[in-house]
Amino acid sequence: MANVTLRNVRKTYLGGFEAIKGVNVDVADGQFCVLVGPSGCGKSTLLRMVAGLETVTGGEIDIGGRVVNQIEPADRDIAMVFQNYALYPHMSVFNNMAYGLRNRGMAEAEVKSRVEEAARVLELSAMLERKPRQLSGGQRQRVAMGRAIVRQPKVFLFDEPLSNLDAKLRIAMRVEIRKLQRRLNTTSIYVTHDQLEAMTLADILVVMNGGQVEQVGNPLAIYEKPATTFVASFIGAPPMNLMSTRADEIKSQLGGSAGEAGILGIRPEDFVITDQTPSGGVAMSLTVEAIERVGAETFVYGAREQEDQRVAATPGELPPGEVIVRIPGTDAPAIGQKIRVAAISSKLHLFSGDGRKRIEA
Amino acid sequence: MQKQAIFQSKLLPYLLVAPQLAVVLIFFYWPALQAVVQSFLLQDAFGLSSSFVWFDNYIELFKDPAYFESIIRTFFFSFAIAVSSLSFALLLAVMADKPLRGVMLYRTLLIWPYAVAPPVVGVLWIFMLHPSLGVISRYLRAAGIDWNPLLDGNQAATLIILAAAWKQISYNFLFFLAGLQAIPKSVFEAAAIDGARPMRRFWTVTFPLLSPTIFFLLVVNIVYAFFDTFGIIDTMTRGGPGTSTVTLVYKVYSDGLLGGNLGSSAAQSVILMILVIVLTGIQFRFVERKVTY
Repeated sequence: MANVTLRNVRKTYLGGFEAIKGVNVDVADGQFCVLVGPSGCGKSTLLRMVAGLETVTGGEIDIGGRVVNQIEPADRDIAMVFQNYALYPHMSVFNNMAYGLRNRGMAEAEVKSRVEEAARVLELSAMLERKPRQLSGGQRQRVAMGRAIVRQPKVFLFDEPLSNLDAKLRIAMRVEIRKLQRRLNTTSIYVTHDQLEAMTLADILVVMNGGQVEQVGNPLAIYEKPATTFVASFIGAPPMNLMSTRADEIKSQLGGSAGEAGILGIRPEDFVITDQTPSGGVAMSLTVEAIERVGAETFVYGAREQEDQRVAATPGELPPGEVIVRIPGTDAPAIGQKIRVAAISSKLHLFSGDGRKRIEA
Repeated sequence: MQKQAIFQSKLLPYLLVAPQLAVVLIFFYWPALQAVVQSFLLQDAFGLSSSFVWFDNYIELFKDPAYFESIIRTFFFSFAIAVSSLSFALLLAVMADKPLRGVMLYRTLLIWPYAVAPPVVGVLWIFMLHPSLGVISRYLRAAGIDWNPLLDGNQAATLIILAAAWKQISYNFLFFLAGLQAIPKSVFEAAAIDGARPMRRFWTVTFPLLSPTIFFLLVVNIVYAFFDTFGIIDTMTRGGPGTSTVTLVYKVYSDGLLGGNLGSSAAQSVILMILVIVLTGIQFRFVERKVTY
């Protein structure tokens, strides 16, 4: 049991490239922390620094009240699950799980009982004698999990553990991981680029971009009040619609200081198709360009009549002038049809012109 | 994908492989056949006539204690060369696999010695270890070691083993490095987190994962030590002092070309040929079954 604290952690590579630019995160004991961000944002590097696989060039990493910057990975009392599982191909499932225990000189009887217990929990009991290459992707993933849990470490580290699985298994394993972590109540840090995984797993969500933390907090709080346009478009699928408040149509509706804010964001599900303009809200006309029906809901891709310039360069960003509207059910307007959509004032997100700051109306 | 090329004429494919076949037939099968025929013949002292003696040459050979000595010596040489060359190459490969500055330069330099021809290797080592010319010999004698491989058979054997092993290090290094790089880095990282110290990590993870490479190289090195050391032995010791560095291959040469006993020499080559076939068979049998862990 331990908390993990990162204090102004930095990583600069030999060539001068700064991968991590001062990160502060505090993960309380037993919490499930998810680091999420696009590829190259430094999330995996940060996790590897916590594991001790990358050197720390600035700041402090503290595990359970002990600064571990100079401590070997083996002595940090952590366990890691790798993206490619990193199982020992020449060892049986049993030996894969027992390896870390035997290295620490644990008695063979204790090793056996721990491995068998982990195998039972992970439903691997029948395949303890098999080699990793005789297992399916999902089974390998569970062996990797087993190798982590038998150690009973202070902290679990997960480096995109589900990204090599197919979609269905990924969802099943996601739930498994969450249940397991809840039961063992072990502090965990989990890296993913999948915002859905991040939202569903996290107690505490850290959204990263370009080696920096964009926002830290409860996942729903982040969803409801994204701090920057990057977070707004990264968290949530499809992404939040972002548009310039300087476009005449929007500016006139927002009025006053809100009209000067810079960027207006509205989530696809916060739009309703209506001819009325709610007071304090925003309405706009769209020409329907594409429809995506996924069963329970339908996404309408529309073009705004007054196109404005690009809003902000963020991943998952919509092309200028395009707006996504989510409507429940399958009853959608036809392509080419003109519709009018509106959102109420409490569903509007306002950001500064550079997208770096949220403005509360 | 069409796997079989289609030729209009039945003759054309044969014509196309003919040059290669001719080379193999003239330079390999013909001499090999000659050796087999020769091994059943006994020539008179002047080489004017020869008579068919069935297996007499072979029987003579196996009655000869010098031949047995040579067999044992060859096996010892092969073992010593293979083990020393493999272990040193593995050490270098593990070192060069680390993320170092200028690692490409080290790797390139470590591969270079492979381009040196065996007789040149012999000459190089003579320059270093010849009792009167050698640079290192002087220091050895200064250190109180009575170094004279021209007189001392064991020292001559050491010299041959050193030179032959050195020559093979680059080749082994290349394969080990490739083998190491084929192992995902995360496996080593997982072992590090699992509390395995570097030495234990090497013996429990790296070594077993390299075992297919090690086995392959072992066979290659033994074949090398059996046959390709001829150039080194010929330039360095010519089999001497006495017969202390006469290996099977060198004996074929010295009995046949120097001793004029063509029948025995041919019989020896036939035995060596059978040995190569067996070794190659073992190699294919096991290397084909790639995964041994």
